[in-house]
Amino acid sequence: MISVQDIHKSFGTLEVIKGVSFDVAKGEVVCIIGPSGSGKSTILRCINGLETYNRGAILVEGTKVDPTDRSIIETRTQVSMVFQRFNLFPHRTAIENVMEGPVYVKGIKRNEARDQAAALLEKVGLGDKCDSHPGQLSGGQQQRVAIARALAMQPKAILFDEPTSALDPELVGEVLSVMRDVAAEGMTMVVVTHEMGFARAVADRVLFLESGTIVEQGPPKDLLRDPQHPRTKDFLHRVIHPME
Amino acid sequence: MTGFLAGAADYLPILMEGVVLTLVVTLFSVMISTGLGFVWAIMTWSRIPVLVWISRTFITVIRGIPIIVQLFYIYFVMPDIGINLTAVQAGIIGLGIAYSAYQAENFRAGIEAIDRGQIEAAHSIGMTDWLVMRRVIMPQAVRIVLPPFGNTIIMMLKDSSLVSTITVAELTRQGQLIAASTFDNMTVFTLVALIYLALSLPLTFLTRHLERRYSQS
Ligand SMILES: Nc1ncnc2c1ncn2[C@@H]1O[C@H](COP(=O)(O)OP(=O)(O)OP(=O)(O)O)[C@@H](O)[C@H]1O
Ligand SMILES: [Mg+2]
Repeated sequence: MISVQDIHKSFGTLEVIKGVSFDVAKGEVVCIIGPSGSGKSTILRCINGLETYNRGAILVEGTKVDPTDRSIIETRTQVSMVFQRFNLFPHRTAIENVMEGPVYVKGIKRNEARDQAAALLEKVGLGDKCDSHPGQLSGGQQQRVAIARALAMQPKAILFDEPTSALDPELVGEVLSVMRDVAAEGMTMVVVTHEMGFARAVADRVLFLESGTIVEQGPPKDLLRDPQHPRTKDFLHRVIHPME
Repeated sequence: MTGFLAGAADYLPILMEGVVLTLVVTLFSVMISTGLGFVWAIMTWSRIPVLVWISRTFITVIRGIPIIVQLFYIYFVMPDIGINLTAVQAGIIGLGIAYSAYQAENFRAGIEAIDRGQIEAAHSIGMTDWLVMRRVIMPQAVRIVLPPFGNTIIMMLKDSSLVSTITVAELTRQGQLIAASTFDNMTVFTLVALIYLALSLPLTFLTRHLERRYSQS
């Protein structure tokens, strides 16, 4: 469903993605882990067409992702994104945030979109917060609204870029559990995360990225428990034992 | 004092004719400067190199030339290349163009104050640039831009007096004409000053009100 084929990406003279390839099958959950600056966000942003790439190809359902072409609009309605810093529209209520895409991008009738948005907010546990503005919500609640906003587009896949990194520790769980529910319903997901527990429980496959290349990949039970590559071992050790 | 009131009664009707023209010039030049200023701001925001270059160059040039010289240019030089405008038209266009450079800076600041993350989120749900502008940037930028916009209108109201130099018989020019024939400078220019104040004060209060309202939320 998503096919990343040998992409390269440079910012000026700095090459940050150095030939990355992977496929994501329908219904699969792929987690990307790796140190800061390794290019995790850049890969997601390329898939969503928020960033151009220099070489290689990204296909979504067989269509090439090309940020400079009109087809990017169609691609983005098929692949939604959830950001580290939520990026809700602060001047609109929770339900308006969720309705925005369906009404203005897909042209769905307001009443219909409102019912659908209310149901989605209910599903992420925010049925009583429909009319709150983002500023009145906690980080965890804002991120759940953002997930509802992504779901409202009825996308074929959702990309998550460190969705819990900006949250207070006690709010991480509520967001992860919503994500687990979404995964359980068969949504195709690519998740950049430092939450190894989530990767272990939900991912079908984990990619370890470093310096713009995939160093190692495999099912979480292998890669997280028994990494082969020394760099992966080192990274996981530092994540699990940060004080040493 | 009685002399002032008697003089005021004589001069006011004539000055009011000037007020009408002052308001006409202000209103239309505000419209032109707003429209053009918005165009420059969008060109800068587009990040398309030629458009950015055109708008930056225009703004730099316009801001570097005194408004009065721009007015002279439009009224006295344009006829040489076959563009004949009435004094009022030249005044409106000149003031409108001159102030579009300042308006553009206001609008640009408003647009750029919107966090890029929201714009990306909007793009990520499939919004086109135009939709992002209309649904995400504009509604928020308006609150940021409104107070400086109010201040710009006040400045334009006062600077509309500059068009007196190209023979537009607005308030300042009418005052000069009356003063020249009556030598009653004191009464005439006091009246002129009070009328400008009366016109600008409501705008000043409205702008302060908006500033207070939007700084809270
Ligand atoms: N717009 C940009 N301009 C220049 N350099 C950039 C830009 N965006 C990212 N980079 C650089 O590209 C590299 C990869 O960045 P990226 O954000 O993809 O890393 P990441 O793996 O997501 O890191 P983190 O865990 O900190 O989010 C970094 O070195 C970063 O400084
Ligand atoms: Mg990142």
